[in-house]
Amino acid sequence: MNLLEENTVTEDGQFVINIGPQHPSTHGVLHLKAWLDGETIQKLQPHLGYIHRSIEKMSERLSYRNFIYATSRMDYLSAHINNQACALAVEKGLQIQAPPRAQAIRVLLAELTRLSSHQLWWGCTGLDLGAVTPFFYAFREREAIMDIMEETCGARLTQNFCVPGGVMYDVHPNFVSRVRDIIKQVREKFKEYDEILTGNVIFENRTKGVGYISAEDVISYGVTGPAARGSGVSCDVRKWFPYDGYEQLDFNEILADGGDCYARYMVRMEEMKQSANIIEQLIDNLPEGDFQAKSKTLLKLPKGEFYQRVETARGELGVYIVSEGGATPYRIKYRSPNFSNLSALEEMTIGSKIGDLMAIMSTLDLVIPDIDR
Amino acid sequence: MTAEELKSAILEQFPGITIGEGGEFPELLVAPDQFKPLMSKLRFDKTYVFDFLSCLTCVDWKTHLTMVYHLVSRKHRMTIVVKCQLADVAQPETDTVSDIWKTANFHEREVYDLFGVRFNGHPDLRRILLDENWEGYPLRKNYKDENMIEL
Repeated sequence: MNLLEENTVTEDGQFVINIGPQHPSTHGVLHLKAWLDGETIQKLQPHLGYIHRSIEKMSERLSYRNFIYATSRMDYLSAHINNQACALAVEKGLQIQAPPRAQAIRVLLAELTRLSSHQLWWGCTGLDLGAVTPFFYAFREREAIMDIMEETCGARLTQNFCVPGGVMYDVHPNFVSRVRDIIKQVREKFKEYDEILTGNVIFENRTKGVGYISAEDVISYGVTGPAARGSGVSCDVRKWFPYDGYEQLDFNEILADGGDCYARYMVRMEEMKQSANIIEQLIDNLPEGDFQAKSKTLLKLPKGEFYQRVETARGELGVYIVSEGGATPYRIKYRSPNFSNLSALEEMTIGSKIGDLMAIMSTLDLVIPDIDR
Repeated sequence: MTAEELKSAILEQFPGITIGEGGEFPELLVAPDQFKPLMSKLRFDKTYVFDFLSCLTCVDWKTHLTMVYHLVSRKHRMTIVVKCQLADVAQPETDTVSDIWKTANFHEREVYDLFGVRFNGHPDLRRILLDENWEGYPLRKNYKDENMIEL
């Protein structure tokens, strides 16, 4: 598409402006085309694909042990949870189950991932709305979690720690004590988060009643994750279709009924506390035993189709594997949460001011590589 | 409602449907002419209410394409798979479901982009991930690109 050829003013006087692909508030290369009447958005079209890497096509050439790690680059803030989804899908095909210790380690790392992802989101939301301090506050605790990840997994962002049948290694000897410390620290900081942003008058004015979406639309648009729960739609995969032992854990699915930016914000703030709850339950009762089930080096899935859903920090990730019995998948499809969430963006923004678009995008918490794949 | 009740209820209303066995979820294989009525029924009939379209994709089997829909009924906590075979590989087309589930709008554009399936009645069928002048449909098995290296 040639941007210069397009008229910037339509016949009925609407201004057409391009936001992105290089814009700080899109958190990546997303291009939004907005039709404006004054400052009010009349129509919004996302243009995607700037970082389409064809992960699905690439995976058709990769073995069942290797394709998992391409997904770390999709939603890079939920890298571990993406890996977990793929590992679970392969396990479903092989009909093996990860041993209890491996499941516990996976869930621990998944909740640490969710916690750190929500912390980054919290910092960025503040930044998008003009508050710089939250960004530094958020990164202070997030760094400590990243250090724990680095110590155990060897990587800070793309952990690549899940293998079919369990996890790659046992946790680092320091893991348990460091996780205990960070949870204690984070619990105290939650109050600070609320003091600096949640109760702030400017923040409340910019988020309350902004970007409303109804529960019916949320379901119809396939929105999942905190963005859906902010409209009161129960959709937490950990509760609906439990995996890796989530059914034995005591935690709540957070729902809010506002349907606006503030409701989505509050859902994520509470979810951080729930993640801390889950980590506290597991860290003191880490089961003994193997960290990996026995499986062959070259994995071959039987002919058939396998579908696995997990709850990433942004919603429901579905991994659909079609196998023809070989050592590589015949077809892989990732149902990424951000792709569906983005489709509801126009519904949320029509009638809002252009300045509110940043607030709406922030509380949708889009990660662009997950949309483009 | 159990999976068995669902299967028999649907078979009663749509006798032409084949029920697939062996998969994780109940599988309905439907002919193209019955596809749209079945989808409307599954979404709007009070006994089913499959209100959440979780995943919409396509698989290239070389001799034909298969559209695959993963539907979730929040009322019954149940997932089903609806499949529809498109026999014409050169000019595949099927009906859109974007008027039933709004999320299908983007997902169908993706399938159009990467498989070349045309969706009749789709409001805005354009390429979504690739450039508008891109030639070919990359997720097809016979896709060739000058930069692709055969291993």
